[in-house]
Amino acid sequence: MSTVETRPNAVSTHSLHEHFGDLEQQREAATLGMWVFLATEIMFFGGMFTAYLVYRMAYPVAFDAASQDMNFWAGTINTIVLIGSSLTMALAVHASQEGKNKHVVWLLIATMALGAVFLGIKAFEYHEHWVHHLVPGPYFQFEGPDPRHAEIFFSLYFAMTGFHALHMVIGLGLVSWIVYLAARNKITREYHSPVENVGLYWHFVDMVWIYLYPLLYLVAHKHVSG
Amino acid sequence: MAETIVSRRIYFIIFFALMVFTVITAAVSYIDLGAWSGVVAVGIASTKALLVALFFMHLRYDHQKIVWIVAISGFFWLGILFVLTATDYATRNFLTVPGR
Repeated sequence: MSTVETRPNAVSTHSLHEHFGDLEQQREAATLGMWVFLATEIMFFGGMFTAYLVYRMAYPVAFDAASQDMNFWAGTINTIVLIGSSLTMALAVHASQEGKNKHVVWLLIATMALGAVFLGIKAFEYHEHWVHHLVPGPYFQFEGPDPRHAEIFFSLYFAMTGFHALHMVIGLGLVSWIVYLAARNKITREYHSPVENVGLYWHFVDMVWIYLYPLLYLVAHKHVSG
Repeated sequence: MAETIVSRRIYFIIFFALMVFTVITAAVSYIDLGAWSGVVAVGIASTKALLVALFFMHLRYDHQKIVWIVAISGFFWLGILFVLTATDYATRNFLTVPGR
């Protein structure tokens, strides 16, 4: 690692905080910090996935039946929408590495639009569950073999997708912040850690959904009877 | 070490692969695989998650070994949580306990 390579040009040093040797070290420290945070997020969602594992092993029949009431197409379309938003986010990070702030802004706006579509479809689904009395509590009604344990499925469903949706809302806030930074040209080829690390967060939230989709929507071979 | 800039083509290829896996996992849900349906679904999801981590999250290109250590330890401890919990709950009824 030669100092000639890593030493940034004089123009961009304003984004270098004093406790770092150079921008390279600052960027690597930021990336590492983000990954440490994501490791705690893995454990946060991991607790709920463990609860799901235990109850699914205990009541497989109830979980099969409850999963039939999930809206297959809403879940599938949302999966496609969210992976699409990860693509636009990855392209935004790519544009920030090349210092093309205009591209960054538009790609991030596309990411936010797809995120909003996801939340809209999710809200539509929640409304459907509400109308069909599938929200756990005194009004819960389920025409199936094991309604008490189907209610557990829906409790887990609302907890997991609810916390996922909360992460999406926080993600939208973070993305709008970096849209502002990029529009103000505060993002440069040398200093783009905010875009990179919000990107890591966004991809992580996408990863959580990648697991939620089969575990909640595709439990049994459904749709066979129509 | 300078950061690696991944070509845009790679991102589109990964996106396409993720779409293919999504279609596969949705299509497989129409087939009765019995107890294997869960294993197949989680297997496909893990493949997708790995693609996201390696390419979209740049793990494949990250030259800092410590980032790898943090990322792997996150999933490793999650694995401990799953495996130890499952060995308890899945084996509780293997032996009948007198008086229960």
